Amino acid sequence: MDSNSTPMGLANLDIFASTLMELAANDRDILVTTSDSRGSGKLVPFADKFPDQLVEIGIAEQNLVGISAGLASMGKKVFAVSPACFLTARALEQIKNDVAYSDHPVKVIGISAGVSYGSLGTTHHSLHDFAVLQAINNIDIIAPADNVETALAVRAAVHHPRPVYIRFGKKAMPILHDPQVHFEIGKAIQMTPVQDEYDIALLAIGEAVAPAYFASQVLAEQGLTSCVLSVHSLRPFDEAAVEHAVTHSKATITVEEHSVNGGLGSRVAAFLMQAGIFHPIHIVGIPDEHTVIGSQGEIFNHYGISAQGLAKTALQLLHKEAV
Amino acid sequence: MITTTHSTSYFRELQAKSLLYRMTLLKLIHAAKAGHTGGSLSCVDLLNVLYNHVMDITPENFSQRNRDHYVHSKGHAVEALYAVLADKGFFPWSDLETVGKYGSHFAGHPTRDIPGIEQNTGALGHGLALTVGMALAAKKDGLDHRMFTIMGDGELAEGSVWEASISAAHYKLDNLVAIIDRNTLQISGRTEDVMALEPLEDKFKAFGYAVRHVDGNDIAALVDLFDQLPFEPGKPNLVLAHTTKGKGVSFIEDKAPWHHKVPSETEYEIALRELGLAEKDLEAVDGLE
Ligand SMILES: Cc1ncc(C[n+]2csc(CCOP(=O)(O)OP(=O)(O)O)c2C)c(N)n1
Ligand SMILES: [Mg+2]
Repeated sequence: MDSNSTPMGLANLDIFASTLMELAANDRDILVTTSDSRGSGKLVPFADKFPDQLVEIGIAEQNLVGISAGLASMGKKVFAVSPACFLTARALEQIKNDVAYSDHPVKVIGISAGVSYGSLGTTHHSLHDFAVLQAINNIDIIAPADNVETALAVRAAVHHPRPVYIRFGKKAMPILHDPQVHFEIGKAIQMTPVQDEYDIALLAIGEAVAPAYFASQVLAEQGLTSCVLSVHSLRPFDEAAVEHAVTHSKATITVEEHSVNGGLGSRVAAFLMQAGIFHPIHIVGIPDEHTVIGSQGEIFNHYGISAQGLAKTALQLLHKEAV
Repeated sequence: MITTTHSTSYFRELQAKSLLYRMTLLKLIHAAKAGHTGGSLSCVDLLNVLYNHVMDITPENFSQRNRDHYVHSKGHAVEALYAVLADKGFFPWSDLETVGKYGSHFAGHPTRDIPGIEQNTGALGHGLALTVGMALAAKKDGLDHRMFTIMGDGELAEGSVWEASISAAHYKLDNLVAIIDRNTLQISGRTEDVMALEPLEDKFKAFGYAVRHVDGNDIAALVDLFDQLPFEPGKPNLVLAHTTKGKGVSFIEDKAPWHHKVPSETEYEIALRELGLAEKDLEAVDGLE
């Protein structure tokens, strides 16, 4: 399977919405709360089919999270759905106090995350959500890579006993996994064959997994082997999988649709340093600058989150190490 | 600039500008294949009257503080603002060809990278607090300039709007003019179905505003209303501008999906034809005089 032969799926957002429809049909306690976001969340069919299970809050993200926490405290399984940019910034204190600290297992769903709203500018980008949520105790953090991971993450979230944040984008994604893939919150998925030795470890999260995976194919053409991990859960964080990938590779690249500060890269680097694993590592993400505008793909290319860009970074890193 | 009685030709000049802005914003949205069609068309007459009749904001005085100021709180309707600012000479019209494109500074929401734009908006519910801060600064400096902002009606669900309102009344900011684009629609449908707002006049009055109603798509009515500022000394001003979302293009008017729908090739042509006919009508009336 390469980037040309990988089948395209739908947007992870579509899979989220259709999975929720299935689940809600059999469970009246599943509620969706929206902040004038049912259209953006592809939840209009849900609202039509289960009008009693969708609670509209209006354009009020803080209210959305507060009400969701109240509902959850009364036993409802609540998916609070709003663009990731507003949900994890505007409503951060509600997430921190009313959801995480109070241990109300709301499923906080950040739609159109990262730079999905690329042309709309910084107000609409969420490049901070991993960082702020990682600094808040008691909320799991998931960013599925493709349609398969999205469906499994949403199913896993329904009965998840802890608060959980799931974020994804709105562009159609390549299908990277077999539908039977083993998915567990907190367990990374290795996407390349397990070996004793790799040239490069590519650790990626969310919609940055696809370019990392395709980069491994570009590198394979040059005879280089990769260990590609979809680290879909930032919390719980799969230290064992990361340690395997890193310690069996010559160098490591982390890839994320997030600020280079406080996301997957920082998490991996902190883990490695403290585990005494000193190793060349390069963090690819959105740098600490005024983010360029454009489509998600254009922004990815701009910052080297692409098969070619990552392959180039890998080669540089390997040569650097060889010198 | 401000006269107490205005000739009909003065109003027709402004009406012609509104048509130009409508055509421009549709062109932008059509070219970028993205944008906020309905909300831009509903507030463009307000922006027109503010920038061409009420506020003393020009490219020449923009770097100064002792002038009026404007915050586009409903930032998604940036295309309307871009059209007005280009016409005011803040940047060449041709700059607008880059809107929404990779590497452009003209994003889908207002940013201070663009000459003429005061505040970065786009996340709803921020504009009023910013405007309160600006109005308060003007008061402290003894400046008698006014601070204007336009909010959407759906935006009023944000608690921050009401927090800022309490402050505006507390600090007696009669130099602040908050305008609600009361088009009765938001993304998901009617505001009253999504999250009911009424009775808005009572709510705003209770929060300490001097409240006025106006037809927000009627140039003459807007000119007349804004000439009366400040409405009541010591109170912040609030204008409930009753507008039609999508105003000016028959098939776009008052339809929720046109919030961010982009006109197809045919729809774009029909829209321009409708606006072109309206322009001819204006010219014909002018010719009669
Ligand atoms: C904080 C925040 N939440 C959500 C959005 C997404 N959004 C953009 S426009 C809009 C609807 C706005 O409705 P309204 O305020 O009535 O504006 P108008 O009808 O004038 O376009 C929404 C929900 C946003 N931009 N900011
Ligand atoms: Mg509205």
